[in-house]
Amino acid sequence: MPRFEWLRKVLVLGSGPIKIGEAAEFDYSGSQCLKALREEGIETVLINPNVATIQTDPRLAGKVYLLPVTPKYVERVIERERPDGILLGFGGQTALNCGVQLAKMGVYEKYDVKVLGTPIRAIEDTEDRELFRRAMIKAGIPVPRSRSATSAEEAVEIAEEIGYPVILRVAYTLGGKGSGVAHNESELREIVNRALAQSMITQVLVEEYIGHWKEVEYEVMRDYENNCITVCNMENLDPMGVHTGDSIVIAPSQTLTNREYHILRSASIKVIQSLGIVGECNIQWALHPRSEEHRAIEVNARMSRSSALASKATGYPLAYIATKLAIGYLLPELINKVTGITTACFEPALDYVVVKIPRWDLRKFRNVDPHLGPQMKSVGEVMAIGRNFEEALQKAVRMLDIGKIGLVANEGDDEPEPVEKVKDVLRRPTEERRFKVVKAIKMGISIKER
Amino acid sequence: MGAEPYLQEYRETRRALLVLEDGSFFPGWGFGATGKTTGEVVFSTSMVGYPESLTDPSYYGQILTLTYPLIGNYGVPSYEDKIRGVPIHFESIGIKVRGLVIQELCRRPHHWASKRTLDEWLRDEGIPGIYGIDTRRLTKKLREKGVMLGILEVYGEGEEPNLDRLLKEAENIPDPNLTDLVKDVTVGEPIHYESKGGKRVVLIDCGVKGGILRNLIMRRVDVVRVPYNLSLGEIMEYKPDGILVSNGPGDPKMCRETIHTVRELFNEGFPIMGICLGNQILALALGGDTYKLKYGHRSQNQPAYDLETGRCYITTQNHGYAVDLESLKETELKVWFINANDKTVEGVRCEGKPVFALQWHPEASPGPYDTEFLFDEFLKRLG
Repeated sequence: MPRFEWLRKVLVLGSGPIKIGEAAEFDYSGSQCLKALREEGIETVLINPNVATIQTDPRLAGKVYLLPVTPKYVERVIERERPDGILLGFGGQTALNCGVQLAKMGVYEKYDVKVLGTPIRAIEDTEDRELFRRAMIKAGIPVPRSRSATSAEEAVEIAEEIGYPVILRVAYTLGGKGSGVAHNESELREIVNRALAQSMITQVLVEEYIGHWKEVEYEVMRDYENNCITVCNMENLDPMGVHTGDSIVIAPSQTLTNREYHILRSASIKVIQSLGIVGECNIQWALHPRSEEHRAIEVNARMSRSSALASKATGYPLAYIATKLAIGYLLPELINKVTGITTACFEPALDYVVVKIPRWDLRKFRNVDPHLGPQMKSVGEVMAIGRNFEEALQKAVRMLDIGKIGLVANEGDDEPEPVEKVKDVLRRPTEERRFKVVKAIKMGISIKER
Repeated sequence: MGAEPYLQEYRETRRALLVLEDGSFFPGWGFGATGKTTGEVVFSTSMVGYPESLTDPSYYGQILTLTYPLIGNYGVPSYEDKIRGVPIHFESIGIKVRGLVIQELCRRPHHWASKRTLDEWLRDEGIPGIYGIDTRRLTKKLREKGVMLGILEVYGEGEEPNLDRLLKEAENIPDPNLTDLVKDVTVGEPIHYESKGGKRVVLIDCGVKGGILRNLIMRRVDVVRVPYNLSLGEIMEYKPDGILVSNGPGDPKMCRETIHTVRELFNEGFPIMGICLGNQILALALGGDTYKLKYGHRSQNQPAYDLETGRCYITTQNHGYAVDLESLKETELKVWFINANDKTVEGVRCEGKPVFALQWHPEASPGPYDTEFLFDEFLKRLG
């Protein structure tokens, strides 16, 4: 199928300002997107108020509106420009949210604008926790098991059914106050009474605890005819409990067997097909460290930080190809830009490893909790390539520009430190953890001790 | 707190040497068994699945190079995990490659299913391995010149490699493709994997992968696995509903008896499915031709394009020979799938007859499961 012939003008939503939790990767994806449209002779209009980007350069976009990416402004641009189609997946969460709101306001119908690529319904399915859960269960994809309880007895019953450990979440409180992990019934009873008391509606959610499971991501592409490929998989060095953006990530996965790799790969394809995503998406999996049990955690129906990493790590131009798919092309019709002759419908096979390490600047902020957790705190990241893990890791640490020549072999590495202090960082991770792991090994602390 | 077990470095003291027929050589370190081996040096770009690859009978007679540099990370699982006598984590019992070539060997695997290290496994089964060489340089050479014959020797502790001797020997390496490799990997006596009430498939074993058996067993097929040289009459005695011709090693033209029998089975009107070598045998049986590829397809990322629907599937492949596209014009076979990259024949079917074959491995293992549905397609044709 060639590209849609009726498509003459396309509006692309940018990501707006670069902020913590949303890095400069969207400049890359937006730029590739504009390039891919331009070579098709499609007129491009970009909305992005960020002047410090490449994509706002007139050589990339046909027309640039330096306006906020909000429904109000976007509607005005649509009214004026009357584009045939709109692309929502290249400006991060900001663009995606804005796109969904525009749909709710009926803007697309009003001005006859076609949402290209992933349809709005699929975006909503991935954005809403409950919708996502239901979509996954319908497609036969496992998700973390959970149920709500209104009494301690009921909570105990549910926990027995799910199996320990479980995490208790208090309904309707801010910042997860009162939540906790229970490894057995007595711990559960202790937490649940406190949790119930803190909930305004006397309700707690008892959920399977997967904080210690392996976190593995897949970058998946799909076209309008259901052809799918996974461009890359990535394994987080830090388990589920630490945000991917704050994790050391390695591509390809290092500890997965063929079965595990391909069970998750097949499941990823099932997810993207059942949701009906067209273009690219990122899927996060939790994999049990001692079995093949796995749970779908999250889907990003757009170019993400991970897709940018996967693109650089493999040489596969994800944003570029995703754009081509959104405007109607099929995967086997497209050419692999690296070889220039083979098809884009293939999966890169690496003969090297890639390590990504986040860069934090926590000291620049006052009153910030230095501990890493589910909320992303890094301000950037570096990527290194090597023929083995050690080489890539050592290079990446050096490039962080934090005065270290690598993970090991730094001056002052061997300065004595109390064991308890080291162990504390291992238990409750901060940006220092990777160095403390080395220290712990040198001090002879065994892997089992914590 | 004990000493520092995690810092303890393991230093291999055995030297190893890989020499190719063109005189290029790669000195490295030995692992697995001490000793010498020869074979066709090929490479695979699979990033996962070394337990499956090493036990894949299609690699029989070959020295396998893995282009992914870190091998052995998740150790080696147990042969004992089985489904109806077929191992789950391996493609057969026993390593089938003649030697293994890798860049970096993992000595401390970490995985719940692991029972031993890769080094121990190769030692236990008497297979030599070499690591610490630049596998990228080797692969580039094989891509440029095509696959080559080679000698791999792992020396004993303290023994110095004798390059001159190996270079000399490399001039006269026997080509495994000139011999009947299938004879060594086919089953000795028929095995019946009984499934009451299921359709009966006679599986002609040219070195069948466990994955094919597992796929049939899971679909409740009554499987009779027979030697590759069984005659039509002997096969007919099992009263099969259909025939599956398996994968296997080497040059398909060496399987003269099988080619002949498949022709007869075709004439009898049996539904037939061929996989890999089975695809080539079917083509030869119906008057087509095969040829040797420069460096083969050995990977988990080959795109197979369906000429009828326009769908493209990512497939696992392991073959050095291919069916000649032109040669099919004179036959009853029609090209069904082609490789989206090099346009070689990936699958054929016979119009109006329940007969088809694939050059890739729908059973995956190792590799993507995207085309397992083709086993269902076969079952549908059993009537």
